[in-house]
Amino acid sequence: MNKKSTGLRVFAFLVYFFLLAPLVIIFATSFGPDKSLIFPPKGFSLKWMANIFKIEMFRKTFLISMQLSIIGTIIALIMGIPAAYALSRYNFKGKNFFNSIFLSPVLIPGIVLGFSLLKYLVIYSKLPVYTSLLIGHVIIIMPYIIRVISSSLSSFDYSIEEASMSLGANKIKTFFTVVLPNIRSGVIAAFILAFINSFNNVPISLFLTGPGISTLPIQMLIHVEYNFDPTIAALSVILMAMTALLMFIIEKTLGLAYFAK
Amino acid sequence: MKKHSFYLLLAPGFLFLLIFAVFPLIMLISGSFTSEGGITLSRYIDFFTDSYYTTILLRTLKLSLISTLVAAALGFPTAYYISKTSINRRGLYIALAVFPMLTSPVVRSFSWMVILGKYGIVNNVLTKIGIIKEPLSLLYNEFSIVVGFVYLFMPLMILSLVGVLENIDKDLVMAAESLGATRFKAFMKVIFPLSVPGLIVGSVLVFTGSLTAYTTPQLLGGTKSRVLATVIYQNAMTLFNWDTAAVVATVMIVVTILVSGIINSFARKLNSRG
Repeated sequence: MNKKSTGLRVFAFLVYFFLLAPLVIIFATSFGPDKSLIFPPKGFSLKWMANIFKIEMFRKTFLISMQLSIIGTIIALIMGIPAAYALSRYNFKGKNFFNSIFLSPVLIPGIVLGFSLLKYLVIYSKLPVYTSLLIGHVIIIMPYIIRVISSSLSSFDYSIEEASMSLGANKIKTFFTVVLPNIRSGVIAAFILAFINSFNNVPISLFLTGPGISTLPIQMLIHVEYNFDPTIAALSVILMAMTALLMFIIEKTLGLAYFAK
Repeated sequence: MKKHSFYLLLAPGFLFLLIFAVFPLIMLISGSFTSEGGITLSRYIDFFTDSYYTTILLRTLKLSLISTLVAAALGFPTAYYISKTSINRRGLYIALAVFPMLTSPVVRSFSWMVILGKYGIVNNVLTKIGIIKEPLSLLYNEFSIVVGFVYLFMPLMILSLVGVLENIDKDLVMAAESLGATRFKAFMKVIFPLSVPGLIVGSVLVFTGSLTAYTTPQLLGGTKSRVLATVIYQNAMTLFNWDTAAVVATVMIVVTILVSGIINSFARKLNSRG
């Protein structure tokens, strides 16, 4: 490579340093023995890792977040897969309108959506907080489901579907035995992306959590505002490990290159 | 299958979004224009004449604009470098950009609290090598918010650009160079114009992301540097001033739609010309 490319390489390296160094620092400080966050850590200790499990609120909200994200993602898949199928399979009047409705939650600021849900679902309609929280999460998940499923359907060859039906299978049987298995990797990737986005969500949960029901990110946010110890760093390391695992699965199913599309 | 039965496939999701997302939003927006049964603009007049709120609106726009420019300035060369590397390397770079993107925003903002804090890494290093005597206040200001935003959203910029840049035909550059253009000129005349769509998508994502982000300004901005998102929360949940929160929310939606609309129409104009 010539001289100019070396400069570019150094530049790209520095940008990646900026992107990754903070996470490395969090990782390192979480294993430090001190009460405050010191980098480089002066020793090695699993004290703070253990501390996460001692704090009941983290245990409790972790389980709530898990439950909320998994149930929310399943509900969104049940409604989203048929919609994505209809949107990619057929050409009809108003298709663009439906498409933009299904993708719209990504355009609405989360903080605004959260506030409107609190106002009209919890306060006016008197829906239980947990139900509203779940509804909010399904809403923000929907665009991810629609986009990923649509993109995997776009490479699906519909003549296979016609072949199946000409051999006597009905539409529903064809969908479950021919279409769905063919877009399996898309469904897995959609599930993971939706799960991560639901699990990490702050703005929706912010308005709908309170004493009793809270999610992990909200609990972390509260903790950070009042305590500045390595507990959050330790928790972050666990979340990063989870992210890495899920990314590995996406890579094996849809491929990470999907993100650069 | 009957002619219109695909509507049945759309119905559950569509109705769900209509009832639980669109309807509450319309209620929120229309509610901000009504008072005691009549239509009124008074809340908006109050908002736009109160220097407290106009300062926050302008600050939010300014921070989003700066973050977008910085993310583009840092992200473009990086994406260009990535698009020129081998397929395997490119996969690694994409993975490393996706990783922070999928990490919790709370974790990512928290990491900057550790770095920029009063006894944080930057201050420690600067004190040790004797550049400063007293720790600098790097946190809880507009600077730390911009750092947080760029950190949060630059992966989106890089990924949008890599997607476009890797599809640009390398032969075009070679053609330009063989016709006598310098490397720099070939870049400016060939690669840059073709990468504008990616730059626009990336900019819309960074700008609207920064405009509406809550966690980063909450953790890194402190009380002096409030933005629209933190002010909505403060009004709704701390001050119980729901009318003002609804006005700020409406202003935020309008600004978001306006900004992405303007950038997109600008992009369309560029496309039809080019």
